[in-house]
Amino acid sequence: MTEPILTLSGVSKTYKGGFTALHGVDLAINKGEIFALLGPNGAGKTTLISIICGIVTPSTGTIHVGGHDAIADYKAARSLIGLVPQELSVDMFETVLATVTFSRRLFGRSGHSAYIEQVLRDLSLWDKRDNKIMELSGGMKRRVLIAKALAHEPEVLFLDEPTAGVDVALRRDMWKLVHALRERGTTIILTTHYIEEAEEMADRVGVINKGRLLLVDDKAALMQKLGKRELDLTLVDTLDRVPAGLEQWQLSLVNEGRTLRYVFDATQEDTGIPSLLRELSARHVAFKDLETSKSSLEDIFVDLVEERA
Amino acid sequence: MTLNLHGIWAIYRFEMARSLRTLWQSLVGPVLTTSLYFIVFGGAIGSRMQSVDGVSYGSFIVPGLIMLSLLTQSVGNASIGIYFPKFTGTIFELLSAPISSMELVIGYVGAAATKSVVIGAIILATSAFFVPVVVEHPLAMIAFLVLTSVAFSLFGFILGIWANSFEQLNFVPLLLITPLTFLGGSFYSIDMLPQPWRTVSLFNPVVYLVSGFRWSFFGRGDVDIALSLGVTLAFLLACLAVIAWIFKSGWRLKS
Repeated sequence: MTEPILTLSGVSKTYKGGFTALHGVDLAINKGEIFALLGPNGAGKTTLISIICGIVTPSTGTIHVGGHDAIADYKAARSLIGLVPQELSVDMFETVLATVTFSRRLFGRSGHSAYIEQVLRDLSLWDKRDNKIMELSGGMKRRVLIAKALAHEPEVLFLDEPTAGVDVALRRDMWKLVHALRERGTTIILTTHYIEEAEEMADRVGVINKGRLLLVDDKAALMQKLGKRELDLTLVDTLDRVPAGLEQWQLSLVNEGRTLRYVFDATQEDTGIPSLLRELSARHVAFKDLETSKSSLEDIFVDLVEERA
Repeated sequence: MTLNLHGIWAIYRFEMARSLRTLWQSLVGPVLTTSLYFIVFGGAIGSRMQSVDGVSYGSFIVPGLIMLSLLTQSVGNASIGIYFPKFTGTIFELLSAPISSMELVIGYVGAAATKSVVIGAIILATSAFFVPVVVEHPLAMIAFLVLTSVAFSLFGFILGIWANSFEQLNFVPLLLITPLTFLGGSFYSIDMLPQPWRTVSLFNPVVYLVSGFRWSFFGRGDVDIALSLGVTLAFLLACLAVIAWIFKSGWRLKS
């Protein structure tokens, strides 16, 4: 982790209709890291990526890629970036090799390269190189998009929702590729709305909701914050207060006294659940059902917003 | 900032490959249409007409016919070239590439204009099978061929960016280009028109294109050659100005 390869300061976007998709985002991405941008649908993840890549014009703010201003010096900035979009937008009538070569040239490099062969082999596309893209399956088309994004040997790779609608094999291959790219020093920024995906992949995670970057943290630290789970015990008899002697679990009564709730940290060795259940039966607090749930991403955002407020 | 030659070349090749995939339609269409025009206008009707300005009617319509195809092909090719990436979504790659707007235009418009010039040459060759074709000013003819192809490919490029549907894409050539070409003296000299239509015709830019092109064949046209050249260049520059504005503002390309 050395100097940032990508810095955003005060980047905001208000669309013509008046909708503000991004509110003054500041972010620094370190060279060589895998950064996950985590947020629900419509949080502004794609808008943020589109602004960095030059597809959407920011309303305010500045962006530097490898020290180059993304607007004043856009050619230098953009040659460092590769983008794999969410949509399967590919030229259906082109062959795999032709479209990947096109991408490499478009980004200012000569078309003939052993590198293209390597990329196609890494993505299991080499055997399909002379096939028209329309003949390929959806998963293969996504591989083509990744190959196109990598064709000009970018230093920063954006993966917008890389596993949306992707089968297990491709998902596994993609993670393998992402790690291999990181080994080579490529910086990777991916967006996702799955906590597990961020957990599995990233070094650092940024949480975005409603156009605001709520926090940026190391994965381990964040996962601890996000690892909270709830145990709900449906009681046989309603209670009007939490029974005495159970203070150490910090229980709460919800659902008009019909449910006893315990919030615990699933990442801890001792969750406190067995001792709680023993204590409850010793005190003759009877329950007919129990259920544990992960707090949803939405809940986590609400928590994060409240925490900051 | 260095010129992204590889990028221009990529787009040019891509567009030319697209044309080559449909080589059959690209070439057979114009050749067949030209032959039909010669059979109908040159053979059936032309044989009953006097010569125009001392040129047989069949020969007289050659420049107009070429212009007709040139305009239609230029607008059609350039507009679909940029509209299609918008339609399929692949335009994200063009917008995120380290390529300037002018480099994009050179690639797209260059390819569309190349195709038009080739088709123009094919029509000229086809014409020679039907009527005697003499070109008095070959260099001027080539210059007009290229200038017109470029100007109308630029116009087509604007159309492709403007269009939000395939209907709109076909609408403008049908409602604007075809009438302007037919009324622009492709098949007659505007001197043949009664007033006020003669004066009205002078507001049609295609009149100047056809006239200038005809001058390069026969040494005379409806309007002065300098004026023809001036109007063609003015149209080309106007299209360039619109394109420069489009890319600066991101109109219909970026949000």
